[in-house]
Amino acid sequence: MASLRTMSFDAVIVGGGGSGMRAALQLAQSGYKTAVITKVFPTRSHTVSAQGGITCAIASDDPDDRWQWHMYDTVKGSDYIGDQEAIEYMCQTGPEAVFELEHMGLPFSRTEEGRIYQRPFGGQSKDYGAGGQAARTCAAADRTGHALLHTLYQGNLKNKTVFLNEWFAVDIVKNSDNAVVGVVAINIETGECVYVKSKATVFATGGAGRIYASTTNAHICTGDGVGMAIRAGFPVQDIEMWQFHPTGIHGAGTLVTEGCRGEGGYLINKDGERFMERYAPNAKDLAGRDVVARSMVLEILEGRGCGPDGDHVFLKLDHLGEEALNAKLPGILELSRTFAHADPVKEPIPVVPTCHYMMGGIPTNVNGQALTIDREGNDQVIEGFYACGEAACVSVHGANRLGGNSLLDLVVFGRASGIFIENELSKGIDLKDATQEDIDRAMAGLNRINASTEGENAAVLRAELQTIMQNFFGVFRRGDYMQKGVKKLDELRPRIENVYLDDKSNSFNTARIEALELQNLFETAYATAIAAEGRTESRGAHAREDFQERDDENWLCHSIYFPGSKEIGKRAVNFTLKTREPFEPKIRTY
Amino acid sequence: MVGIASSFSQSGVINWLVQRVSALVMTAYIVFITVYLLANPNISYAQWSELNSLLSMRLFSLLTMASIASHAWIGIWCVLTDYVTERLLGPKADIIRKVLQVCMIAVILIYLVWAIDILWGF
Amino acid sequence: MLNVSIYRYNPEVDNEPYMQDFQFDTQGKDLMVLDVLEKLKIEDPSLVFRRSCREGVCGSDGVNISGKNGLACITPLSEAVKGNSLIIRPLPGLPVIRDLVIDMSQFYAQYEKIQPYMINNSPAPAIERLQTPEERAKLDGLYECILCACCSTACPSFWWNPEKFIGPSGLLQAYRFLADSRDTATAERLSKLDDPFSVFRCHGIMNCVQVCPKGLNPTKAIGHIRNMLMRNPT
Repeated sequence: MASLRTMSFDAVIVGGGGSGMRAALQLAQSGYKTAVITKVFPTRSHTVSAQGGITCAIASDDPDDRWQWHMYDTVKGSDYIGDQEAIEYMCQTGPEAVFELEHMGLPFSRTEEGRIYQRPFGGQSKDYGAGGQAARTCAAADRTGHALLHTLYQGNLKNKTVFLNEWFAVDIVKNSDNAVVGVVAINIETGECVYVKSKATVFATGGAGRIYASTTNAHICTGDGVGMAIRAGFPVQDIEMWQFHPTGIHGAGTLVTEGCRGEGGYLINKDGERFMERYAPNAKDLAGRDVVARSMVLEILEGRGCGPDGDHVFLKLDHLGEEALNAKLPGILELSRTFAHADPVKEPIPVVPTCHYMMGGIPTNVNGQALTIDREGNDQVIEGFYACGEAACVSVHGANRLGGNSLLDLVVFGRASGIFIENELSKGIDLKDATQEDIDRAMAGLNRINASTEGENAAVLRAELQTIMQNFFGVFRRGDYMQKGVKKLDELRPRIENVYLDDKSNSFNTARIEALELQNLFETAYATAIAAEGRTESRGAHAREDFQERDDENWLCHSIYFPGSKEIGKRAVNFTLKTREPFEPKIRTY
Repeated sequence: MVGIASSFSQSGVINWLVQRVSALVMTAYIVFITVYLLANPNISYAQWSELNSLLSMRLFSLLTMASIASHAWIGIWCVLTDYVTERLLGPKADIIRKVLQVCMIAVILIYLVWAIDILWGF
Repeated sequence: MLNVSIYRYNPEVDNEPYMQDFQFDTQGKDLMVLDVLEKLKIEDPSLVFRRSCREGVCGSDGVNISGKNGLACITPLSEAVKGNSLIIRPLPGLPVIRDLVIDMSQFYAQYEKIQPYMINNSPAPAIERLQTPEERAKLDGLYECILCACCSTACPSFWWNPEKFIGPSGLLQAYRFLADSRDTATAERLSKLDDPFSVFRCHGIMNCVQVCPKGLNPTKAIGHIRNMLMRNPT
C-alpha cells in the first residue's frame, strides 16, 4: 500500500456546521493550528436550515427569567434521561455563549429596548412549569440558523482557521493504544487521500436524518461521524431516539419552524378543530414535539386527516395577519409558497410529522471527550477523540429535544470542547504515532469501494434502507415489526457493503462520496434499529405500541449500542447538579 | 493583470462623479447649441463668429471639451480594462491594452490642445 | 417526455465539454430542477452537481437553468422548461471543475476581501450590544445572502474582472457591515473600496437583481455604498 501524504494539526474538526465552527473558532483564537474538514463549503452545512431560534435565558423578554427554569424544561422535555450535569452546564453557560455570538455580529431581531428578541417555543415554561408559557427563544427572524452559521464562518475567517472545504473524512485512524490520532480524508475535487494527523480530533458531523425516507434534513445529513465511530468500534448512545418534527411540509419534507406556533399559529384537522387542545390542554400546540407529533399521527389514523388521502393536517397562520407574518416569518412564507403551493397569508400549510433530529450519538462528557464503556460498565475517555453538536450525545436532549435547544447545544458544547482542548494542548498532548497498518485500516472501506467490480447502485440501496427505516422504525414502533425490520437490515448489510462504484475517476466524484455516505447511513440505521427494538418502554420520541408506558424501573437510563457485539447495554443517567437538588422523574404532561 | 495607473483618477468616486458631471455639461452644451440654431434658422457666419468670440461662450466650449476629454478617458479606459485583458485575449493583451491606453490618452490630449488653439489661437 | 440537456465535462475523460441529452418522464408533476438532476443521477451516477439543503437556504446548487442563473432546488419545471426542453449549464464565468460544479475560489476571495465580519474593538458589554429595531431593520435584505454566486456569475463586470471587481454578492455583504450600527470600522472599510474597480465597475446592469433567488437587491446596496463614499471622502 502506497503511503498517504500526511498533514499535521494541533486539532482537526470534522464538520463545518455550527458546533464544528464554534470549536474551531475557540482553538483558532488561541493560536493553535486548527483545521476544519468539511464535505461542503461551511455555509452549506445543515445548521443553515435552523429557523426558529436559540433558546436561552438571557432575560430579554422577561427580565426575571432564570436559566434554572430553562434547565427544568429541558430535563422534563428529555423525559428524564438527559444528563442533568450537562443540561445544567448548557443552560447556565448559554447566555454567555449567545452574547458572544451577538458580539461577533449575529443579526438578532430586536425588542423596542434594543435587546435580543425572544419568542415562545414548545416546552418552555416559567417558574419550573408553574408560571405558564415562556418566551425564551432568541431569534433572527425565522433564519436564525443561517444567521448563526454565517456569523461563525465569518468569525473563523477573521481568526484565520484553515478550512479543508469539500474534503470528506473517510475513517478514523487509531493508534496501537486505541487512541484517535486523526482521520483519513479525501479531497473531493482531486480525489487525493490524505492522512490528517491531529492531537485532538473533534467530530462535529451532524445528524443522519437521511436514514428515513421523509426528513427535514439536508441531503448531506448522512451520519458520517456516527458511522465512522461505529466502524472504529466505539459505542453510540440513545440512538433509538429520533425526533419527528410536527411540521414538515407534506410531500416535500421541508421544515416549518415551531416558531409559527410560538407566534400564535395552530394545527387543525379536517373538521377545522384545534385538536391539540384535547391532547395537551395547557400547552396546546406548544407541548413537547414528541407529544404534538404523536397527536397528529393519531388524528390522521383516526380519519381526521386533511387532503384527499387524509394523510396530513393543517398549520393555520392566516389569522396572524400579513404584516406580522412578513416581519416574523418571512422565510416560512417563501418555503410554503414554493413547496406547498400554499400562501400562509390566505390558507393553511399542509404538514406532517417528519424525521428531524438525532437525539443520540457519540457519548461524551461536558468537555466533549468521547466515551466508551468498559467491561465493568464504567465510562472511559477515548484519548484524542471528541464530539459535539448533533453527532454527540452529551446528553442534553435525552429522549426528546426541545425546539431551540439544538442551536444552544451546538454553540455551548462546540465552545466547551474548544476550551477543553485548548487547555489540554497547552499542557501538552503526547499520543503514539499511527503505523502504516493503522492508516491502511482506515483506508480499507474506501479501497473496497474503489476495487468494486460488481454490485448494486448506491442510490437504489439508499432508497431501500430509507424505506425500511420509515416503515419499521417511525413515529410509532412495535416489537414484532421492528424485529422484521432488523431482519431486513441484516439482509441489506452485505449488499450495501458490496456497493458498486462504476465511475472510478478522481475529479469531483460525488458517486464515490455517496457510496461512502451510504456505509455511514447504514451503520447509523442499524444501531437505531437494534436500540429501538431493545428499549422495551415508551419514552420521549420512542413510542411503542407494545410497551406504552414509561418504565423508570428498568429504563431510566441511556441505551448504549456496542458495535462489536451489535447489542445494547445500559448506562446510568447523570443526576448530579452543582447548584441544586436534581429534578426527580415525574409524569410528563403539557 | 489589469492595473489602475492609467485611470483618469485613482479614486473610483472621483471617476464616477467626473463621468456624471461631464455628461451634464455635454448635455447642456448640446441643448444650448440646438436651441440656438433652431431659434436662428438663417444664421450668418458673422453671427456665429460673434457668439463664439464671447468669453462666456468660449469658456463654455472649453468646459465642454474638457468634459468630452475626461468622459472619454474614463469610458474608454473602462472598455479597455474590461475587454482587452489577458483573461479574454491571452498573454499579449496587457501590452496591447497599454499601447491602446497611451494612444487613447495621447489622442485626447491632442484634441484638447487643438480645441484650445481653435478657441483662443496661439 | 421532457428533453433535458446537460453540460458535461470530466477533465479526466473529455477533451472538451459537451451537451448531453436525456429523456425524462416527469409523470405530469411540476418537479423542481434538482429533483430531475437527482433522478438522472440514479441512472447515470457520473453526473456531478452540488446540493445540500434542497430548500433554497444553503446556496449549493446554483446553476444556469435555461439561460438564467438560479437554485435548482427551488426552480420548478413550470418556470424553467421552454418548448419541452430544459437546459442546465454550470454558472457562467468561473472555471468548471466537472459537469455542473464550478471552482468558486475567486467568488469566495472577493467575499473575504471585504472583511465580512464585525469589527468593533470597544470592550463588549456583559450582555448584548443594544440595537434598536430601526437600526436592525437596515440589515434586512442584506444578511440573508446565501453566497450561491447566482448574482456575481450573472454580472458582466464580474466576468471581465473577477479578481478586481468585488461583485454584487461581496458588495451586498460589504454594505451589510457598513449598515450595521454595531460595526465601528466604517472609515476603514470605505477606504478599501474607493478604487476604480472594487465598487465602481458596477454599471447598473442589474442582472444580479433579476436572478437573486432570495429576492435581494445588490444594485441598491451598491448605490448606498457609493453614496457613503461620496459623503465620506477617504
